[in-house]
Amino acid sequence: MQEIWQLFWMFFRIGSFTFGGGYAMLPILQRELAEEKKWLSPEELIDFYAIGQSTPGIIAVNTATLVGYKRKGIAGAIFATAGMVAPSLIIISLIASVFQRFQEYALVQHAFAGIQIAVIALILDTVIKMGKTGIRDYTGLVIFILAFLLLSFLGISPIIVIVSSALVGILMQNRQKNRMTETNYSTDGDNK
Amino acid sequence: MIYIILFLEFFKIGLFSVGGGLATLPFLKELIDKYGWISQDELLNMIAISESTPGPIGINTATYVGYQVSGVLGGIIAVAGIVAPALLIIIVIAHYFDKFYERPLVKGAFYGVRPAVTGLIASVAFGLGRAQLFNPGFTGLAFFNIKAILLFLLLFFLIYRYKKHPIVYIVTAAIIGVIFKF
Repeated sequence: MQEIWQLFWMFFRIGSFTFGGGYAMLPILQRELAEEKKWLSPEELIDFYAIGQSTPGIIAVNTATLVGYKRKGIAGAIFATAGMVAPSLIIISLIASVFQRFQEYALVQHAFAGIQIAVIALILDTVIKMGKTGIRDYTGLVIFILAFLLLSFLGISPIIVIVSSALVGILMQNRQKNRMTETNYSTDGDNK
Repeated sequence: MIYIILFLEFFKIGLFSVGGGLATLPFLKELIDKYGWISQDELLNMIAISESTPGPIGINTATYVGYQVSGVLGGIIAVAGIVAPALLIIIVIAHYFDKFYERPLVKGAFYGVRPAVTGLIASVAFGLGRAQLFNPGFTGLAFFNIKAILLFLLLFFLIYRYKKHPIVYIVTAAIIGVIFKF
């Protein structure tokens, strides 16, 4: 029972101090889990992080869920997850409850009119970063453009786009693998 | 009733948003277009708040939307909805699959999904940018919201060049917004 609360509080602390989630969290997890508590080896942590990235949902939360599950089963998973999201719930609820009132002031309106433009620039920067790591060849570029066009101009649901792009990805990689095994069999090696 | 809708809608987001950070954004946009829970301006305000406060962005935005729909309980239910699918999936994966992310099927799916998520977020940025930087319905110079475009270009240059934490740019934009009466 004690370790379950430790899990809750540890992720509560992490949730309270990491801005932006995901990537910002890894060094803190490294220090707390691998170095101080020795609950996990650094390799295990990297492993968990990779799983957190390759499962649906929020990466930081997924990593917390995994750590909790590995330590204390389903109860551990639930408490670690709850700890991770609790600070957001408290902080954002507080902000949302006062924000409405502040919004009436002209000063706040001007500030947020500026901020809205900053957010668009930040999203664009995120898109560029994601594109640099995620789009690795022409297939990726075509998927990127199609996803953009389908949502922008046809209003196709993002769910449909995500599911079909996953299927395309699986098909394309199988094809590439088949081609590679074929070229492995040919001895003259004229493949580029 | 509203709680059930809120839970199911966020469950769907949790199930299909992959890739972290702003991956939930296209779904949130679709959600608010469908139900009108918050406006487009509010969506941008909410992202700014979520990026400037601790905690994962996806959880912060879920809390915000849930709160706007029906207070603290709404926030809790939206967050419960968004984390539930991952909780279930991870328990299954941790139990049955070792190194599941190295499996060809998972790698293949991500090979396709990453560019798609990027395209979806780009599309949301495009839509929001069009609304903020231009005046649809006007022609000639009046079509361009010059002040907004200049601020956008300045901020984007700074973000791209200096790669500081988002809060830096959000605060800068707030100050410029107040001084130049945006």
